[in-house]
Amino acid sequence: MTKNGKPAMTGREKSELLWGWLFILPTVIGLIILNIIPIIQTIYQSFFKTGDFRKGNIFVGIENYSKVFGDAEVWQSLINTLKYAIVEVPFSIVIALVLAVLLNRKMKGRSVYRTIIFLPMVAAPAAVAMVWRWLFNSDFGLINNVFHVHVKWVSDPKIAVFAVAVIGVWSILGYNMVLFLSGLQEIPGDYYEAAQIDGATGIKSFFHITIPLLSPTIFFVLVTRVIGALQVFDLMYMVMDKSNPALDKTQSLVYLFYKYAFINKNMGYGATIVVLLLVITMIVTVFQMIGQKKWVFYN
Amino acid sequence: MDSMERNRKIVTVVIHVVLILVSITMLIPFIWMILTAFKSVTEATSVDPFVILPTVWRKDSFTAVMQNMNFLVLYKNTLLLIFFRVVCAVLTATMAGYAFGRLHFKGRDACFSLVLFQMMVPAQIFIIPQYLMISKAGMLNTIFALVFPGMVTAFGTFLLRQGYMGLPNDLEEAARLDGCNIGQTFLHIMAPLTRSSMVALGIFTAVFAFKDLMWPMIVNTDKDMLVLSSALAKMQGQYVSKFPELMAASLIACIPMIVIYVIFQKQFIEGIATSGGKL
Repeated sequence: MTKNGKPAMTGREKSELLWGWLFILPTVIGLIILNIIPIIQTIYQSFFKTGDFRKGNIFVGIENYSKVFGDAEVWQSLINTLKYAIVEVPFSIVIALVLAVLLNRKMKGRSVYRTIIFLPMVAAPAAVAMVWRWLFNSDFGLINNVFHVHVKWVSDPKIAVFAVAVIGVWSILGYNMVLFLSGLQEIPGDYYEAAQIDGATGIKSFFHITIPLLSPTIFFVLVTRVIGALQVFDLMYMVMDKSNPALDKTQSLVYLFYKYAFINKNMGYGATIVVLLLVITMIVTVFQMIGQKKWVFYN
Repeated sequence: MDSMERNRKIVTVVIHVVLILVSITMLIPFIWMILTAFKSVTEATSVDPFVILPTVWRKDSFTAVMQNMNFLVLYKNTLLLIFFRVVCAVLTATMAGYAFGRLHFKGRDACFSLVLFQMMVPAQIFIIPQYLMISKAGMLNTIFALVFPGMVTAFGTFLLRQGYMGLPNDLEEAARLDGCNIGQTFLHIMAPLTRSSMVALGIFTAVFAFKDLMWPMIVNTDKDMLVLSSALAKMQGQYVSKFPELMAASLIACIPMIVIYVIFQKQFIEGIATSGGKL
């Protein structure tokens, strides 16, 4: 026993303490510098206005927040982001799930299909957005000329955000599918055999076996996709020019953040917008935690 | 049993038809990128008749963009960004993952909650202060600036910790009885066993470093310090209607990653699936 009454550390405990801290130190220092301090600074910054003519930061209290809540542009961008998510998330999940079920068998060409469907994941979003913008081009684009229509896919304020969401679905489909495929491989084959003996057809066993047993994976993909969709930026930035008439009805929250913080150089207002994003993400996470208890089936 | 056999064949054919249609849809943007890149501007913007295949396969757009953009420099910067991010991520996560997953010591759980916290927060919230740090240090337009936010990885630490937690206890015990200290056990026994997690993390980090757009655009604006994605973004603003040149540049930017992916597709898909699935 040591003087203060605690049992003395054994040699093993001492060495675990020493090595443990040695191993985590780079990561912990990195996280503090790169993440913990920045998050505090961002929240701090959201109470300041970046001064003109290098006057430095001016404390404005909650002015940024009251401005954000009254700012139609911010609310519109939030609606745009939600519109994007409402298309991108369900479509990318349902299509990917069907494809994963179709591919989850021994068949010719399985790895070729998988490789092709996953391909957009390794392409730079900047390039992806550029080629889609070209496909969507209202005068010379492939889509309008093949279907003989004249739709302004990315410059009509009513539909541009959905057109961008289509690019989002196309880009993320393969990723979701691969996650579902690895989830499917963990479902034991006997479940399906038993169902077949009981006379269940493919579609019945899809709804009664696949969906319930895959629900942890589906839930996980849903959570990550919703959070990812709320942060959409690359596609918006590349597809929507500053002069695009649909910009107001399409730009996402993170696009607006980028615009305020790094183009208009009003970092305080940018910080406020990104704090709003943080709050929304947290709310979504809490809702999903509650929802999880209701319908996820853990074995 | 003939009818069942026939049914199964019909199902197989239907599945193939669906998958082929989906595959074509996935490939059309890439094919259109290639076809447009080899056309002249007149051909690309011809509507009546609408031209699918280039009548002559021209390389003019490629030579033009290669004259205007220094792709060697862009490749080099992108490669350095990927290289340093992968090395930093794998190195720090392998060490921290071991300590979080296999050792018991005071302060461990508090520190691990930092890791979990970072993973729950949207990454954009860190960007303004990270930018100000780089800017105040006079490090804008450097390779270090590109690598900076990815020097450590909460996600990778979490992934590697999972990897270590899946390993059996007896190996570690045996090493300890043989007189190895914790450092030696880690280096010679445990770390090599998580090689598959390391590869998964490396591929994941590389792909997302390659795809990153906002950060490189913010910190590196000098022509010689751009990466492929930020250079494409900058180019789009300048080449408004030169579609073949835009497509040629996109193609040059994407080809290396696609070729590597096709060669190592199994490792890529498994790496991203295992790391993505554990996020």
